[in-house]
Amino acid sequence: MAGRTEVMTSRGMVSTAARPEGLALFWQKFGTSYLFMAPFLIFFTVFVVAPVLTAVYLSFTYFNVLEAPRFIGWSNYKLLFLEDDVFIIAIGNTLTFAVITGPIGFFLSFMFAWLINPLKLKTPLALCFYAPSITGAVAMGVVWKIVFSGDRYGYLNNWLLGIGAIDEPYQFLAEQAAIMPVIMFVALWMSMGTGFLVFLAGLQTVPGDLYEAGKMDGIKNPLQEVWYITLPMIKPQLLFGSVMAVVAGFSVFEVATSLAGLPSPLYAGHTIVAHMYDFAFIRFEMGYATTVAVFLFLLTFGLGRLLMRMFSSKNEY
Amino acid sequence: MAVLVQRPQTVDFSVTKVMRFLRKQAPAPSYLFLIPMAVFSMLPIVYVISTAFKPLEELLLFPPPFLVRRPTLDNFQDLLLATNALAVPFTRYLFNSIFVVLTTVLLQVLMCSMCAYPLSKARVLPGRNFIFGMIVAALMFAPQVTRIPQYLVVQKIGLIDTYGALILPALAWSYGLFMMKQFMDNAVPNELIEAARVDGAQEWTIFWKIVMPNVAPAWNTLLIFGFIQLWNDSFSPLVFTRSEAMKTVSVAMISLTNGPAAIARQGAQAAAAFLMTAPTITVFLLRQAKVIQTMAHSGIKS
Repeated sequence: MAGRTEVMTSRGMVSTAARPEGLALFWQKFGTSYLFMAPFLIFFTVFVVAPVLTAVYLSFTYFNVLEAPRFIGWSNYKLLFLEDDVFIIAIGNTLTFAVITGPIGFFLSFMFAWLINPLKLKTPLALCFYAPSITGAVAMGVVWKIVFSGDRYGYLNNWLLGIGAIDEPYQFLAEQAAIMPVIMFVALWMSMGTGFLVFLAGLQTVPGDLYEAGKMDGIKNPLQEVWYITLPMIKPQLLFGSVMAVVAGFSVFEVATSLAGLPSPLYAGHTIVAHMYDFAFIRFEMGYATTVAVFLFLLTFGLGRLLMRMFSSKNEY
Repeated sequence: MAVLVQRPQTVDFSVTKVMRFLRKQAPAPSYLFLIPMAVFSMLPIVYVISTAFKPLEELLLFPPPFLVRRPTLDNFQDLLLATNALAVPFTRYLFNSIFVVLTTVLLQVLMCSMCAYPLSKARVLPGRNFIFGMIVAALMFAPQVTRIPQYLVVQKIGLIDTYGALILPALAWSYGLFMMKQFMDNAVPNELIEAARVDGAQEWTIFWKIVMPNVAPAWNTLLIFGFIQLWNDSFSPLVFTRSEAMKTVSVAMISLTNGPAAIARQGAQAAAAFLMTAPTITVFLLRQAKVIQTMAHSGIKS
């Protein structure tokens, strides 16, 4: 025991004695880099890392916000997977939503960004496509509910009755079969948000002479141009867009609850985040809510890693 | 100009020439597809705007007319009258919003860019993968549940009911950092930075004079995202502040449209939404034009 301590101290002394400027050298090499990162990282640690770790800890407790959290081990996780039937419905709905709207939204964002990029009217067009994201919540409340309203005065019902497609009003926001499609439709309408603007900005950073060079090298049509020049050049933006699409897809909440309500009829529009919100802010069972959050995190994080690998494996060109 | 004048003499009507002329004058096919899509995309916003100007009797019609028939400013007047019932003058909310949003968004973008620079461009940086991994992971943790722990942190530091509570937590913007890093990866050629280092430029100079101009589309886009998000955010002011004098416009709008003074709620809501959206659209147009214009000027790189 004593001998071991001695070795450790002597090794420490040797290293400091042999290279007295060890730390100074390290600082000289990387100090500036860390200084650049310091302001962000300090705030990040205090306001993101600490709360997230606290949340993870809370997932192993019973915590009703009023009393101090009580440690209960894996109970929340057992409850979540073995006994919570509504949660299984929520997973199903969220997966359906993410698998359909994620890729479509991502593709549409890129397509529209690419199409409007060479046009003269690109700023006004960009505004038109981006507008749903700006007014999102409000427009959803004021407009979409009237469009899909279940009585004969809802725009869609009114129109369908008018052309004789249906005989009586259809309950778009109450029928189990219609809720998810309506939510997905509105979500796609709003999907020209982040990804779209980021792609548009990414396209601005592709040097124009690359396209000239491409023409010399025998690129014939616009599709080849996209595949061989544009996509490789904006790969970092594509990765960003895809990660954001995954995050947005799996954390769908606002669209679903503002259209279908919380809880939605027969939980037809219930999503993972809606489930979490229900427990966090309606039932005040924060411990259980954070368990849901941890599960969601592991799910999106896994997919995120997968995307990162996909986009970086082809990084050498 | 001279070329244009001479053209009629040499014009020949071969199909390829006409096609080429058409393609040059109007990249039409995409417009044919894009304009209807753009109109569809805009419809709900047009509806909100037109609802803001609807008189009471049109608001009560069923089905509601899509466009306003006899536009009035009644809804705005209602909203204005309702402001008298607010605890502090409306200008106070406006000042809070403008001060908080501008300070935050500028600091946010600066900090994200500064942190992204070494993450993207440093040759060797111990802990890079760990730090970046943490930031990307943070993006994926549902923000809804970290809010209560975040509140506890804000409370512990003693920031409750200060501007600090509205500004500081928003500075840890993982999303902005991730985006800036992605842009710097490809948009700033490493050779450019190496050349500047060889010339003896300080890191800050390289960052400010070389990296930032090259990623101008990125930070202009971030300014848009940040502004819209912060301007619309009513959560932080509701939770992190107590006194009415610290609240922002977004909170005031909620109390106005839910208050007893707003009779026709839909109209007042639409008017409020219109007023809330106007600044964000202005910022969008100003910055988005910059996104596009900046790069048109700096054609050659690397």
